[in-house]
Amino acid sequence: MRLNSLRDFKAFQGGLVNDRDPNGRTLVIPAGTCGRASGADDLIRSVRETLLHSGLAHKVHVRVTGCHGFCEVEPSILVEPEGVLYPRVSVKAVGRIVEAAARGEILEDLAWADPVDGVPIPRQKDIPFFKKQVRTILSRNEQVDPERVETYIESGGYAALAKALERGNPEWVIQEVKTSGLRGRGGAGFPTGVKWELLAKQPCTQGKFLVCNADEGDPGAYMDRSVLEGNPHSILEGMLIGAYATGATEGIIYVRNEYPLAIKHVNVALEQAEELGLLGQDILGAGYSFEIRVVQGAGAFVCGEETALIRSIEGRMGEPRQRPPFPVQSGIGGKPTGINNVETWANIPVIIDQGSAVFAQVGTTRNSGTKIFSLVGKIRNTGLVEVPMGITIEEIVRDIGGGPVGKATIKAVQTGGPSGGCIPVSRFDLPIDYDSLAQAGSIMGSGGMIVMDDHTCIVDVAKYFMGFLKDESCGTCFTCRKGTQRMFEILDDIIQGRGTPEQLDLLEELARVVKDTTMCGLGQTASNPVLSTLRYFRDEYLEHIENHRCPAGVCKPLISYSINDNCSGCQACVTGCPAEAIRGERKQRQFIDALKCVKCGTCRSVCKHDAVEVA
Amino acid sequence: MKGMTNVTINGLTVTAEEGMTVLEAARFMGFPIPTLCHMDGLSPYGACRLCVVEIGEGPRAKLVSSCTYPVEDGLKVRTASTRVIRARKMILELLLGSCPQSKVIQDLAAAHGMHQQRFRQEHEDCILCGLCVRMCEEQMMAKAIGFRYRGEKRSIGTPFDVKSEQCRLCGGCIYVCPACQLRCTYTEPEKAVCGGCENLAPPCLEKDPFDDMMCYMAPCVACELQKD
Amino acid sequence: MTINAEAGVDASEIQAIVARHNEGCGELIAILEEIQATYDYLPEQALRVVARATDRSLVDIYGVATFYRSFSLQPRGRHHLCACLGTACHVRGAPMVVEEFERQLGIRAGETTPDGEFTLETVNCLGACALGPIVVADGAYYSKVDVIGIKKILRKTRTKPERDSAQCTPVAKVPAAAVSNL
Repeated sequence: MRLNSLRDFKAFQGGLVNDRDPNGRTLVIPAGTCGRASGADDLIRSVRETLLHSGLAHKVHVRVTGCHGFCEVEPSILVEPEGVLYPRVSVKAVGRIVEAAARGEILEDLAWADPVDGVPIPRQKDIPFFKKQVRTILSRNEQVDPERVETYIESGGYAALAKALERGNPEWVIQEVKTSGLRGRGGAGFPTGVKWELLAKQPCTQGKFLVCNADEGDPGAYMDRSVLEGNPHSILEGMLIGAYATGATEGIIYVRNEYPLAIKHVNVALEQAEELGLLGQDILGAGYSFEIRVVQGAGAFVCGEETALIRSIEGRMGEPRQRPPFPVQSGIGGKPTGINNVETWANIPVIIDQGSAVFAQVGTTRNSGTKIFSLVGKIRNTGLVEVPMGITIEEIVRDIGGGPVGKATIKAVQTGGPSGGCIPVSRFDLPIDYDSLAQAGSIMGSGGMIVMDDHTCIVDVAKYFMGFLKDESCGTCFTCRKGTQRMFEILDDIIQGRGTPEQLDLLEELARVVKDTTMCGLGQTASNPVLSTLRYFRDEYLEHIENHRCPAGVCKPLISYSINDNCSGCQACVTGCPAEAIRGERKQRQFIDALKCVKCGTCRSVCKHDAVEVA
Repeated sequence: MKGMTNVTINGLTVTAEEGMTVLEAARFMGFPIPTLCHMDGLSPYGACRLCVVEIGEGPRAKLVSSCTYPVEDGLKVRTASTRVIRARKMILELLLGSCPQSKVIQDLAAAHGMHQQRFRQEHEDCILCGLCVRMCEEQMMAKAIGFRYRGEKRSIGTPFDVKSEQCRLCGGCIYVCPACQLRCTYTEPEKAVCGGCENLAPPCLEKDPFDDMMCYMAPCVACELQKD
Repeated sequence: MTINAEAGVDASEIQAIVARHNEGCGELIAILEEIQATYDYLPEQALRVVARATDRSLVDIYGVATFYRSFSLQPRGRHHLCACLGTACHVRGAPMVVEEFERQLGIRAGETTPDGEFTLETVNCLGACALGPIVVADGAYYSKVDVIGIKKILRKTRTKPERDSAQCTPVAKVPAAAVSNL
């Protein structure tokens, strides 16, 4: 059925709201890519079977959604409307959960419990991981089934579009986005409203493009994937509003092909939106037309850069080009093109719905709204967190993240992916915003936040990023291609124990020139991992160079594994060792043959007596 | 009619036609800017980064490649600021580190007072300046060779590394190659270049498809050795 | 449908793929992705046909085919192993996992075992960072993989039937029943 006018839309929406079951409970099961990898499919099947056989299907409903963000505890079940979270649910517990939901009871023994005192905290909003979050975008992932547009509309979706169209003034939309202070969430932080204003001014003789950049190449970042998988209609709505405001005629969602579930859900959403008439000709009778199609990436980090993205869409090698001219002036096929990140698009319906003034109340003066971070690495609570701009790193790492795993000490966080830098624990009082992170030598980037502890070697991290960049560089600019290669070479020398202090100076000099002279963002930020780690962790570099030691116990050429007195002779390590390098009598201290040892770390991870040492 | 822009280069203001590059405007004024991947008659590529100049002022000042940057009204350009010179020297150090046998690169290094490079010495035949690709496509209309792969593995050659149906064996690619040019001339000792004998085969042309290539170069070590 | 390199490529099939995507030259990547899904890699003959059918130089087609990492110009093994080397997986020990795979299979990442059974590849991020290190074997996701678990992954994958070519890129293990709506 096609909705031909705003009135049709409102009637449709009203009908869905009326059909709600006011007394029923819903079991919400997050099933994004990582949810499924954790076993959410079995859980969903089990819940459905239980509902069928128990006859409770009229009282208890199921909603399969995308990621909620607390990946550490998936597969999980969230019971609405009370908001009770059951973490790490096993199939065996499903029966109890379904019955409890039908009776409106809470099972405290299955609830999330504080790891220190064991006190159960059944309600999701009270759990420390969630308490400091402001889940404007992520909460929608809980409400929406990405393959059913009805759930989106019933919970308020496309109302922002209707509001904008009813207002009837594209200029008003642009002003709202400007006043909101929204800055591009892809990393550069350019004011979105200004970009739209520039795009709107461009003539539209042969078409105008809007692009959703879902390339998300930063390793460690997956918030775009979660939004696209879990709530694809929010992106469509954002782009529809954008098209109305700027006069764009065609939309492209560029998704990396490593995200097959996101691609599937976006395609389903496009189909359903087209069926309803929300995409196509004369949308909701407002007299404008807009089409969106999906273009898949093919494995190139550089294609996240605007001009390289455009080349890729044009079917060419993803080589960036010089700006000016900028994409808004001349983009795909020479036509005006406005490119925004997934999270930026997801914020647009929020701004139009809430109003720019309300939106700007969250965050700080020049950094309004929320940002989703992927908090991963050596942290207890890994997952996606949505926080207001201006929150400190300390709050994210300790309060939300729950601190380190085991007895480790947190050393630094890495933000901004390969274009960013490391921020040491001494600077964790820094507020998270575009400007302060840049001043500290890093960048916001797409929102990846990798936590590192004392078992993470900073030099190894710098080398890792340089290895990544020299592989992903398009190779056009000599300074980027050769520069990343030579920086990698020097870092490798240092890790192999061959580094000299002069090489450290050369590394810094080279890093500065690469940053200065390269044409595109990849090369200009390629030096950040090196420069920021040299700034804050020079001692660790010097330890490798002068003392041939890796304090974190990571760099293989500089470490050796040995077994100490704590050894009980249980021989768990002998069984696990892939190189058969450990020998000894049962119940006696074991011995590692350094010549055979491949330093994989298996013995240390299986030893229950703390008997394996790395030095 | 094209508009005119006022551009200030090294303190001197010049009127430049819209569509001109900063490189053209600067050279017109007589300011020297070194280039490697630039050639009149071929489209600008901006790969070697040697032609970088500093534009803008204060904290927003940045380096851009002058061969691809269009003139704009009010633009302030410095062709030899400290930042620019430091960048050029490092770029030349990187070039010497990769392709020391090219006389073009050696001359550029000497002109900038560079006598050493601190990286592990490589001997690459190709610096991926792309002159050969552009020559083949734009002047010879053949497009027989092109770039492939990316990053460290980027190289130039024919698709699948087999004889190209489009190649007319004109030799234009060797003609423009800076790694090829002006190698040791063997029979004329006063023009000989140190290290020339290290370059024992025509770069990227060691393959069968180019056996019957016409060579415009004066006979050199590589040719003489091949005769034997 | 897997086609042996020696057996040659069906030119009319390639032309049909091109025709399906011919909304301007921008569709080249989509065309190559479909060809790879059909043949499990990009055969030389197929690329030559694409060049003729799209009226673009072979240099362009070859450039695009080699630029993007998800394309393979060599035939791949019966089973496809993909290890994630993203940052989060890296700090949790993914390099050790890759090294152990390399040792047990006797090949480097990016290569195929001589008997054509396994292809080992690495990818820069699969976006399931909370579960790292991740390995995707023939489309099945294995999370928190450590050195000890590799033998089991190889064993389980060996016993599975040869994968469908369309599973060259990792897909979530999604039984159809679980996705349908009640």
